Amino acid sequence: MSELFWIFISSMVINNFTLTYFLGICPFLGVSTKIDIAIRLGIANTFVLIITSLSVTLLNSVILPHAPYLRLISFILVIACAVQFVEMVIRKLSPALFRALGIFLPLITTNCAILALALFQTNRGYGLLEGIVFAVGSGAGLTLALVLMAGIREEAELSDIPAVLRGTAMNLLIAGILSLAFMGFAGLFSGS
Amino acid sequence: MATGKDTSQLYEEFVKGIWKENPVFVIVLGMCPTLAVTNSAINGVAMAAATMFVLVGSSLLISLLRNWIPNQVRISAYIVVIATFVTVVDFSLEAIAPKVHRELGAFIALIVVNCIIMGRAEAFAAKNTPMRSLLDALGMGLGFTLALLLMGSVREILGNGSLFGINLLGPHFEPWVIMILPPGGFIMLGVWLLVFAAFKERKQKKRLEAERRAA
Repeated sequence: MSELFWIFISSMVINNFTLTYFLGICPFLGVSTKIDIAIRLGIANTFVLIITSLSVTLLNSVILPHAPYLRLISFILVIACAVQFVEMVIRKLSPALFRALGIFLPLITTNCAILALALFQTNRGYGLLEGIVFAVGSGAGLTLALVLMAGIREEAELSDIPAVLRGTAMNLLIAGILSLAFMGFAGLFSGS
Repeated sequence: MATGKDTSQLYEEFVKGIWKENPVFVIVLGMCPTLAVTNSAINGVAMAAATMFVLVGSSLLISLLRNWIPNQVRISAYIVVIATFVTVVDFSLEAIAPKVHRELGAFIALIVVNCIIMGRAEAFAAKNTPMRSLLDALGMGLGFTLALLLMGSVREILGNGSLFGINLLGPHFEPWVIMILPPGGFIMLGVWLLVFAAFKERKQKKRLEAERRAA
Protein backbone atom coordinates (compact mmCIF):
# COMPACT_ATOMS: atom_id res chain seq x y z
CA MET A 1 0.00 0.00 0.00
CA SER A 2 2.64 2.49 1.03
CA GLU A 3 4.59 1.84 -2.14
CA LEU A 4 1.59 2.79 -4.28
CA PHE A 5 1.25 5.93 -2.21
CA TRP A 6 4.88 6.88 -2.89
CA ILE A 7 4.43 6.27 -6.60
CA PHE A 8 1.45 8.61 -6.54
CA ILE A 9 3.09 11.40 -4.56
CA SER A 10 6.35 11.11 -6.42
CA SER A 11 4.79 11.31 -9.87
CA MET A 12 2.49 14.13 -8.81
CA VAL A 13 4.78 16.59 -7.08
CA ILE A 14 8.37 15.40 -6.67
CA ASN A 15 8.97 14.31 -10.23
CA ASN A 16 6.22 16.41 -11.73
CA PHE A 17 6.17 15.59 -15.45
CA THR A 18 5.89 19.17 -16.63
CA LEU A 19 8.08 21.00 -14.18
CA THR A 20 10.96 18.59 -13.64
CA TYR A 21 10.97 16.37 -16.75
CA PHE A 22 9.79 19.05 -19.22
CA LEU A 23 7.12 16.77 -20.64
CA GLY A 24 3.95 18.22 -22.07
CA ILE A 25 5.34 21.71 -22.48
CA CYS A 26 3.25 22.55 -25.56
CA PRO A 27 -0.17 22.52 -23.84
CA PHE A 28 1.49 23.92 -20.72
CA LEU A 29 2.44 27.04 -22.67
CA GLY A 30 -0.40 26.96 -25.19
CA VAL A 31 -3.63 26.24 -23.32
CA SER A 32 -2.87 27.70 -19.92
CA THR A 33 -4.75 30.95 -20.37
CA LYS A 34 -7.93 30.19 -18.39
CA ILE A 35 -8.19 28.12 -15.23
CA ASP A 36 -11.32 26.14 -16.18
CA ILE A 37 -9.97 25.16 -19.61
CA ALA A 38 -6.71 24.15 -17.97
CA ILE A 39 -8.56 21.88 -15.53
CA ARG A 40 -10.50 20.20 -18.33
CA LEU A 41 -7.45 19.67 -20.51
CA GLY A 42 -5.73 18.19 -17.48
CA ILE A 43 -8.60 15.76 -16.97
CA ALA A 44 -8.61 14.77 -20.66
CA ASN A 45 -4.87 14.16 -20.41
CA THR A 46 -5.28 12.07 -17.26
CA PHE A 47 -7.91 9.99 -19.00
CA VAL A 48 -5.61 9.31 -21.95
CA LEU A 49 -2.78 8.51 -19.53
CA ILE A 50 -4.88 5.88 -17.74
CA ILE A 51 -5.98 4.22 -20.99
CA THR A 52 -2.38 4.26 -22.21
CA SER A 53 -1.12 2.73 -19.00
CA LEU A 54 -3.63 -0.13 -19.26
CA SER A 55 -2.81 -0.79 -22.90
CA VAL A 56 0.92 -0.66 -22.25
CA THR A 57 0.65 -3.25 -19.51
CA LEU A 58 -1.21 -5.48 -21.94
CA LEU A 59 1.26 -4.87 -24.79
CA ASN A 60 4.23 -5.47 -22.52
CA SER A 61 2.96 -8.83 -21.39
CA VAL A 62 1.51 -10.13 -24.67
CA ILE A 63 3.30 -8.83 -27.76
CA LEU A 64 6.54 -7.17 -26.87
CA PRO A 65 8.44 -10.10 -25.37
CA HIS A 66 8.43 -11.51 -28.90
CA ALA A 67 9.22 -8.33 -30.78
CA PRO A 68 10.98 -5.69 -28.65
CA TYR A 69 11.88 -3.60 -31.72
CA LEU A 70 8.18 -2.86 -32.23
CA ARG A 71 7.95 -1.14 -28.86
CA LEU A 72 7.93 2.49 -29.94
CA ILE A 73 5.70 1.94 -32.94
CA SER A 74 3.10 -0.03 -31.03
CA PHE A 75 3.08 2.47 -28.15
CA ILE A 76 2.54 5.43 -30.41
CA LEU A 77 -0.26 3.70 -32.32
CA VAL A 78 -2.05 2.80 -29.09
CA ILE A 79 -1.75 6.39 -27.92
CA ALA A 80 -3.10 7.74 -31.20
CA CYS A 81 -6.14 5.45 -30.90
CA ALA A 82 -6.71 6.41 -27.25
CA VAL A 83 -6.65 10.09 -28.17
CA GLN A 84 -9.11 9.52 -31.00
CA PHE A 85 -11.39 7.80 -28.52
CA VAL A 86 -11.19 10.62 -25.97
CA GLU A 87 -11.83 13.11 -28.76
CA MET A 88 -15.06 11.32 -29.72
CA VAL A 89 -16.21 11.15 -26.10
CA ILE A 90 -15.58 14.85 -25.49
CA ARG A 91 -17.27 15.88 -28.73
CA LYS A 92 -20.39 14.00 -27.67
CA LEU A 93 -20.42 15.04 -24.01
CA SER A 94 -19.34 18.66 -24.25
CA PRO A 95 -19.15 20.39 -27.64
CA ALA A 96 -18.18 23.65 -25.91
CA LEU A 97 -15.11 22.08 -24.36
CA PHE A 98 -14.32 20.47 -27.71
CA ARG A 99 -14.19 23.91 -29.32
CA ALA A 100 -12.25 25.45 -26.46
CA LEU A 101 -9.50 22.84 -26.61
CA GLY A 102 -9.30 23.10 -30.38
CA ILE A 103 -6.09 21.88 -31.93
CA PHE A 104 -4.64 20.90 -28.56
CA LEU A 105 -6.95 17.90 -28.30
CA PRO A 106 -5.53 15.91 -31.24
CA LEU A 107 -2.11 17.20 -30.22
CA ILE A 108 -2.35 15.09 -27.04
CA THR A 109 -1.05 12.37 -29.37
CA THR A 110 2.23 14.18 -29.68
CA ASN A 111 2.22 15.20 -26.02
CA CYS A 112 5.48 13.77 -24.79
CA ALA A 113 3.99 13.12 -21.38
CA ILE A 114 1.86 10.27 -22.71
CA LEU A 115 4.65 8.43 -24.52
CA ALA A 116 7.00 9.12 -21.62
CA LEU A 117 4.55 7.49 -19.23
CA ALA A 118 4.51 4.39 -21.42
CA LEU A 119 8.32 4.29 -21.54
CA PHE A 120 8.89 5.02 -17.85
CA GLN A 121 6.35 2.40 -16.90
CA THR A 122 8.16 -0.18 -19.03
CA ASN A 123 11.62 0.81 -17.80
CA ARG A 124 10.61 0.67 -14.15
CA GLY A 125 8.73 -2.58 -14.59
CA TYR A 126 5.46 -1.38 -13.10
CA GLY A 127 2.60 -3.89 -13.01
CA LEU A 128 -1.06 -3.22 -13.69
CA LEU A 129 -1.98 -1.55 -10.39
CA GLU A 130 1.27 0.41 -10.08
CA GLY A 131 0.85 1.56 -13.67
CA ILE A 132 -2.61 2.93 -13.04
CA VAL A 133 -1.52 4.71 -9.87
CA PHE A 134 1.45 6.14 -11.77
CA ALA A 135 -0.88 7.35 -14.55
CA VAL A 136 -3.30 8.98 -12.11
CA GLY A 137 -0.45 10.64 -10.21
CA SER A 138 1.17 11.96 -13.37
CA GLY A 139 -2.16 13.18 -14.66
CA ALA A 140 -2.80 14.98 -11.37
CA GLY A 141 0.67 16.49 -11.63
CA LEU A 142 0.06 17.72 -15.18
CA THR A 143 -3.29 19.18 -14.16
CA LEU A 144 -1.71 20.86 -11.13
CA ALA A 145 1.00 22.46 -13.27
CA LEU A 146 -1.51 23.61 -15.90
CA VAL A 147 -3.84 25.12 -13.32
CA LEU A 148 -1.06 26.90 -11.43
CA MET A 149 0.26 28.32 -14.69
CA ALA A 150 -3.21 29.39 -15.82
CA GLY A 151 -3.84 31.12 -12.49
CA ILE A 152 -0.62 33.07 -12.68
CA ARG A 153 -1.26 34.04 -16.29
CA GLU A 154 -4.76 35.27 -15.51
CA GLU A 155 -3.20 37.59 -12.95
CA ALA A 156 -0.40 38.60 -15.29
CA GLU A 157 -2.93 39.72 -17.91
CA LEU A 158 -3.89 42.56 -15.61
CA SER A 159 -0.46 43.75 -14.62
CA ASP A 160 1.77 46.20 -16.37
CA ILE A 161 4.41 44.21 -18.20
CA PRO A 162 6.76 45.59 -20.88
CA ALA A 163 5.68 44.57 -24.38
CA VAL A 164 8.99 42.80 -25.15
CA LEU A 165 8.50 40.43 -22.26
CA ARG A 166 4.92 39.46 -23.07
CA GLY A 167 4.21 36.07 -24.62
CA THR A 168 6.33 32.96 -24.51
CA ALA A 169 9.38 34.55 -22.90
CA MET A 170 7.42 35.62 -19.84
CA ASN A 171 5.62 32.27 -19.61
CA LEU A 172 8.94 30.46 -19.61
CA LEU A 173 10.32 32.68 -16.87
CA ILE A 174 7.16 32.05 -14.82
CA ALA A 175 7.56 28.32 -15.46
CA GLY A 176 11.16 28.55 -14.28
CA ILE A 177 10.07 30.08 -10.98
CA LEU A 178 7.29 27.48 -10.58
CA SER A 179 9.79 24.74 -11.29
CA LEU A 180 12.10 26.26 -8.68
CA ALA A 181 9.26 26.06 -6.18
CA PHE A 182 8.66 22.41 -7.03
CA MET A 183 12.34 21.67 -6.42
CA GLY A 184 11.48 22.16 -2.79
CA PHE A 185 9.51 18.91 -2.82
CA ALA A 186 12.63 17.01 -3.85
CA GLY A 187 13.90 16.81 -0.27
CA LEU A 188 10.48 16.02 1.15
CA PHE A 189 10.78 12.26 1.45
CA SER A 190 14.50 11.67 1.17
CA GLY A 191 14.58 10.36 4.74
CA SER A 192 12.19 7.50 4.08
CA MET B 1 18.89 22.00 -65.41
CA ALA B 2 18.93 24.23 -62.37
CA THR B 3 18.78 27.82 -63.46
CA GLY B 4 20.06 30.63 -61.27
CA LYS B 5 16.61 31.30 -59.86
CA ASP B 6 16.02 27.65 -58.93
CA THR B 7 19.33 27.43 -57.15
CA SER B 8 18.68 30.54 -55.11
CA GLN B 9 15.24 29.20 -54.18
CA LEU B 10 16.73 25.93 -53.01
CA TYR B 11 19.31 27.88 -51.07
CA GLU B 12 16.50 29.85 -49.47
CA GLU B 13 14.75 26.60 -48.38
CA PHE B 14 17.97 25.58 -46.71
CA VAL B 15 18.88 28.80 -44.90
CA LYS B 16 15.48 29.82 -43.60
CA GLY B 17 15.44 27.09 -40.94
CA ILE B 18 18.73 28.19 -39.48
CA TRP B 19 17.86 31.74 -38.58
CA LYS B 20 14.73 33.36 -40.00
CA GLU B 21 12.42 30.46 -39.13
CA ASN B 22 14.54 28.88 -36.42
CA PRO B 23 12.33 26.07 -35.06
CA VAL B 24 13.10 26.75 -31.41
CA PHE B 25 13.58 30.50 -31.10
CA VAL B 26 11.12 31.71 -33.72
CA ILE B 27 8.47 29.03 -34.29
CA VAL B 28 8.81 27.76 -30.68
CA LEU B 29 8.45 24.05 -31.43
CA GLY B 30 10.19 21.07 -29.90
CA MET B 31 10.42 22.49 -26.41
CA CYS B 32 10.71 19.25 -24.47
CA PRO B 33 14.16 18.11 -25.67
CA THR B 34 15.33 21.71 -25.86
CA LEU B 35 14.76 22.07 -22.15
CA ALA B 36 15.43 18.57 -20.92
CA VAL B 37 18.77 17.53 -22.40
CA THR B 38 20.61 20.81 -22.62
CA ASN B 39 22.24 20.61 -19.20
CA SER B 40 25.55 20.22 -21.02
CA ALA B 41 26.71 21.17 -24.50
CA ILE B 42 27.65 17.62 -25.48
CA ASN B 43 24.21 16.22 -24.60
CA GLY B 44 22.60 19.00 -26.60
CA VAL B 45 24.71 18.20 -29.66
CA ALA B 46 24.07 14.44 -29.41
CA MET B 47 20.35 15.04 -29.12
CA ALA B 48 20.40 17.47 -32.04
CA ALA B 49 22.30 14.98 -34.22
CA ALA B 50 19.81 12.22 -33.45
CA THR B 51 16.87 14.53 -34.13
CA MET B 52 18.44 15.72 -37.37
CA PHE B 53 18.88 12.17 -38.63
CA VAL B 54 15.23 11.39 -37.94
CA LEU B 55 14.10 14.70 -39.41
CA VAL B 56 16.06 14.31 -42.64
CA GLY B 57 15.19 10.62 -43.05
CA SER B 58 11.49 11.00 -42.40
CA SER B 59 11.15 14.19 -44.47
CA LEU B 60 12.79 12.49 -47.45
CA LEU B 61 10.73 9.33 -47.16
CA ILE B 62 7.44 11.13 -46.60
CA SER B 63 8.11 13.41 -49.52
CA LEU B 64 8.87 10.40 -51.74
CA LEU B 65 5.67 8.69 -50.61
CA ARG B 66 3.49 11.79 -50.62
CA ASN B 67 1.47 10.75 -53.67
CA TRP B 68 0.70 7.31 -52.29
CA ILE B 69 -0.36 8.16 -48.74
CA PRO B 70 -4.15 8.64 -48.56
CA ASN B 71 -5.10 11.94 -46.99
CA GLN B 72 -7.27 10.47 -44.22
CA VAL B 73 -4.57 8.33 -42.67
CA ARG B 74 -1.62 10.63 -43.32
CA ILE B 75 -0.94 11.48 -39.68
CA SER B 76 -0.76 7.82 -38.67
CA ALA B 77 1.42 7.08 -41.68
CA TYR B 78 3.82 9.88 -40.73
CA ILE B 79 3.96 8.67 -37.15
CA VAL B 80 4.85 5.15 -38.23
CA VAL B 81 7.62 6.44 -40.53
CA ILE B 82 8.99 8.67 -37.77
CA ALA B 83 8.80 5.94 -35.13
CA THR B 84 10.74 3.60 -37.42
CA PHE B 85 13.57 6.10 -37.85
CA VAL B 86 13.64 6.77 -34.12
CA THR B 87 13.92 3.05 -33.41
CA VAL B 88 16.92 2.96 -35.77
CA VAL B 89 18.58 5.87 -33.96
CA ASP B 90 17.77 4.43 -30.55
CA PHE B 91 19.37 1.07 -31.31
CA SER B 92 22.37 2.53 -33.16
CA LEU B 93 23.16 4.99 -30.41
CA GLU B 94 22.94 2.25 -27.81
CA ALA B 95 25.52 0.28 -29.80
CA ILE B 96 27.86 3.17 -30.73
CA ALA B 97 27.80 5.44 -27.67
CA PRO B 98 26.22 3.67 -24.70
CA LYS B 99 27.25 6.43 -22.27
CA VAL B 100 25.47 9.19 -24.18
CA HIS B 101 22.50 6.87 -24.67
CA ARG B 102 22.24 6.36 -20.92
CA GLU B 103 22.40 10.06 -20.22
CA LEU B 104 19.75 11.00 -22.75
CA GLY B 105 17.62 8.11 -21.51
CA ALA B 106 13.99 8.12 -22.58
CA PHE B 107 14.45 11.37 -24.47
CA ILE B 108 15.84 9.58 -27.53
CA ALA B 109 12.62 7.58 -27.80
CA LEU B 110 10.70 10.79 -27.22
CA ILE B 111 12.00 12.18 -30.53
CA VAL B 112 8.91 10.46 -31.97
CA VAL B 113 6.73 13.12 -30.42
CA ASN B 114 9.00 16.06 -31.20
CA CYS B 115 6.65 18.56 -32.81
CA ILE B 116 9.35 19.83 -35.19
CA ILE B 117 9.45 16.54 -37.08
CA MET B 118 5.69 16.15 -37.32
CA GLY B 119 5.38 19.84 -38.15
CA ARG B 120 7.85 19.67 -41.05
CA ALA B 121 6.26 16.46 -42.36
CA GLU B 122 2.80 18.00 -42.37
CA ALA B 123 3.69 21.53 -43.40
CA PHE B 124 6.46 20.91 -45.89
CA ALA B 125 7.43 17.38 -46.90
CA ALA B 126 3.85 16.39 -47.73
CA LYS B 127 3.63 19.14 -50.35
CA ASN B 128 7.10 19.48 -51.83
CA THR B 129 9.59 17.55 -53.93
CA PRO B 130 12.12 15.28 -52.22
CA MET B 131 15.01 17.64 -53.02
CA ARG B 132 13.37 20.65 -51.43
CA SER B 133 12.14 18.62 -48.45
CA LEU B 134 15.66 17.34 -47.89
CA LEU B 135 17.10 20.87 -47.88
CA ASP B 136 14.29 22.12 -45.66
CA ALA B 137 14.92 19.28 -43.19
CA LEU B 138 18.67 19.93 -43.20
CA GLY B 139 18.13 23.62 -42.55
CA MET B 140 15.62 23.02 -39.77
CA GLY B 141 17.93 20.40 -38.26
CA LEU B 142 20.84 22.84 -38.27
CA GLY B 143 18.63 25.51 -36.72
CA PHE B 144 17.63 23.06 -34.00
CA THR B 145 21.30 22.14 -33.45
CA LEU B 146 22.21 25.80 -33.16
CA ALA B 147 19.46 26.36 -30.59
CA LEU B 148 20.44 23.33 -28.49
CA LEU B 149 24.09 24.35 -28.66
CA LEU B 150 23.30 27.90 -27.52
CA MET B 151 21.18 26.59 -24.65
CA GLY B 152 23.55 23.81 -23.67
CA SER B 153 26.76 25.81 -23.70
CA VAL B 154 25.41 28.71 -21.64
CA ARG B 155 23.88 26.32 -19.13
CA GLU B 156 27.06 24.27 -18.87
CA ILE B 157 29.32 27.32 -18.52
CA LEU B 158 27.19 28.88 -15.80
CA GLY B 159 26.16 25.67 -14.08
CA ASN B 160 29.42 23.78 -14.19
CA GLY B 161 32.09 26.27 -15.22
CA SER B 162 33.04 24.18 -18.24
CA LEU B 163 32.28 23.74 -21.93
CA PHE B 164 32.24 20.30 -23.59
CA GLY B 165 33.74 19.01 -20.34
CA ILE B 166 36.75 21.37 -20.50
CA ASN B 167 37.08 23.58 -17.48
CA LEU B 168 36.86 27.22 -18.51
CA LEU B 169 36.45 29.36 -15.48
CA GLY B 170 39.09 27.99 -13.14
CA PRO B 171 38.85 26.47 -9.66
CA HIS B 172 37.57 29.61 -7.93
CA PHE B 173 34.33 29.77 -9.88
CA GLU B 174 31.31 28.93 -7.76
CA PRO B 175 28.96 27.10 -10.17
CA TRP B 176 25.34 28.23 -10.39
CA VAL B 177 24.00 24.74 -9.81
CA ILE B 178 20.50 25.93 -10.58
CA MET B 179 21.38 26.35 -14.26
CA ILE B 180 21.86 22.63 -14.84
CA LEU B 181 18.74 21.76 -12.83
CA PRO B 182 15.26 21.88 -14.41
CA PRO B 183 14.39 25.50 -13.47
CA GLY B 184 17.56 26.67 -15.23
CA GLY B 185 16.25 25.24 -18.49
CA PHE B 186 13.03 27.20 -18.33
CA ILE B 187 14.77 30.39 -17.31
CA MET B 188 17.54 30.08 -19.91
CA LEU B 189 15.08 29.52 -22.76
CA GLY B 190 13.00 32.43 -21.49
CA VAL B 191 16.08 34.65 -21.56
CA TRP B 192 17.03 33.56 -25.09
CA LEU B 193 13.51 34.23 -26.35
CA LEU B 194 13.66 37.60 -24.64
CA VAL B 195 16.93 38.41 -26.44
CA PHE B 196 15.40 37.43 -29.78
CA ALA B 197 12.25 39.46 -29.09
CA ALA B 198 14.30 42.50 -28.12
CA PHE B 199 16.30 42.22 -31.36
CA LYS B 200 13.14 41.99 -33.40
CA GLU B 201 11.62 45.00 -31.67
CA ARG B 202 14.71 47.12 -32.21
CA LYS B 203 14.79 46.21 -35.88
CA GLN B 204 11.13 47.11 -36.24
CA LYS B 205 11.63 50.45 -34.51
CA LYS B 206 14.54 51.28 -36.80
CA ARG B 207 12.51 50.42 -39.87
CA LEU B 208 9.60 52.58 -38.72
CA GLU B 209 11.96 55.47 -38.07
CA ALA B 210 13.53 55.11 -41.51
CA GLU B 211 10.08 55.12 -43.08
CA ARG B 212 9.12 58.21 -41.14
CA ARG B 213 12.25 60.00 -42.24
CA ALA B 214 11.65 59.06 -45.86
CA ALA B 215 8.08 60.34 -45.73
